[in-house]
Amino acid sequence: MSDFSRGFRAGIPIGIGYLSVSFTFGIMAVSYGFSWWQAVIISMLTLTSAGQLAGITVMVHPGQYLEMLLSQLTINIRYSFMSVSLSQKVSSAFSGLKRWLLAFFMTDEIFAVASAEKTVEPKFFLGLAVAPYFGWALGTLGGSVLGNVLPEVLMNSLCLAIYGMFLAIIAPKARASRAILMVIGVAILLHILLCYLPFFKTISPGIAVSVSAVLAALLGAWLFPHEEEEDEI
Amino acid sequence: MKEFFIYLAILVGSTYLVRALPFALMRKKITNRFIRSFLYYIPYTVLAAMTFPGAIFATGNIVAASAGLAAGGILALQGKGLTLVAFVSCLVSLILDLVMIYAI
Repeated sequence: MSDFSRGFRAGIPIGIGYLSVSFTFGIMAVSYGFSWWQAVIISMLTLTSAGQLAGITVMVHPGQYLEMLLSQLTINIRYSFMSVSLSQKVSSAFSGLKRWLLAFFMTDEIFAVASAEKTVEPKFFLGLAVAPYFGWALGTLGGSVLGNVLPEVLMNSLCLAIYGMFLAIIAPKARASRAILMVIGVAILLHILLCYLPFFKTISPGIAVSVSAVLAALLGAWLFPHEEEEDEI
Repeated sequence: MKEFFIYLAILVGSTYLVRALPFALMRKKITNRFIRSFLYYIPYTVLAAMTFPGAIFATGNIVAASAGLAAGGILALQGKGLTLVAFVSCLVSLILDLVMIYAI
């Protein structure tokens, strides 16, 4: 099987997951007063869950351009870490132009699946991105056009879809590695503290996630240095 | 409408550059063990912090959402795929939500 088809197949479950998650985004965007084509354009040009949600929340207020920039940077800074991380695993076929083009598709799930490769080929990465990209766009279209047809209780439950995907990525790793389990536990604990302790409560949600994740990963790197496997040649 | 496109440009531009700059510019292997370990852990800590505690409040019904997450978590621990875990989480939460609305 070619790298592209292998990637495409690996991306199908992500695409189906994205279809349901972006459906929720479409519904929310319309309920915020956006038209269907605005929701679809945002999804097709941004391809990020938490960032888009924060984005439309800021957009409903006029003129908060700096706020938009700052909230996007803090929420999306994890992509920078993922990009650096994946840049260490790409094959020599990943030229400069391919990096500039394909980096657009760096999402949590695409990153997670690509990371499982020993060496990431550009064609595999492109194939991997196809189903998630169109799933994300079509789901947004579906949600923004059909959303108000569905009962509210169903829509509420669909909001769990994205978190279910996150669990499916982290839980098997936490089971296989005690270090990852500890590091994840610290990240969650820190995030709960930042959300509920009186002094920290005012920190914006995006910043709280970034701070807890970075501190936990730093602690993990210090206490449990990751032993390199075959990828260190 | 003009405002929408200004916002869109900031949203799209910042999201893209955050992804592309490090990916395009980082051409050398990082050899430092501490940094490599940090990069190894960061995706998991990000996803964990995004999921908890936020997911528990995502549906507006804490009990139903927790049950859905627990069910999804059990499947995830067994290594089931993204779609199945997401689907079961939603389904369990939906059923419990309906039970609490109509049966209690």
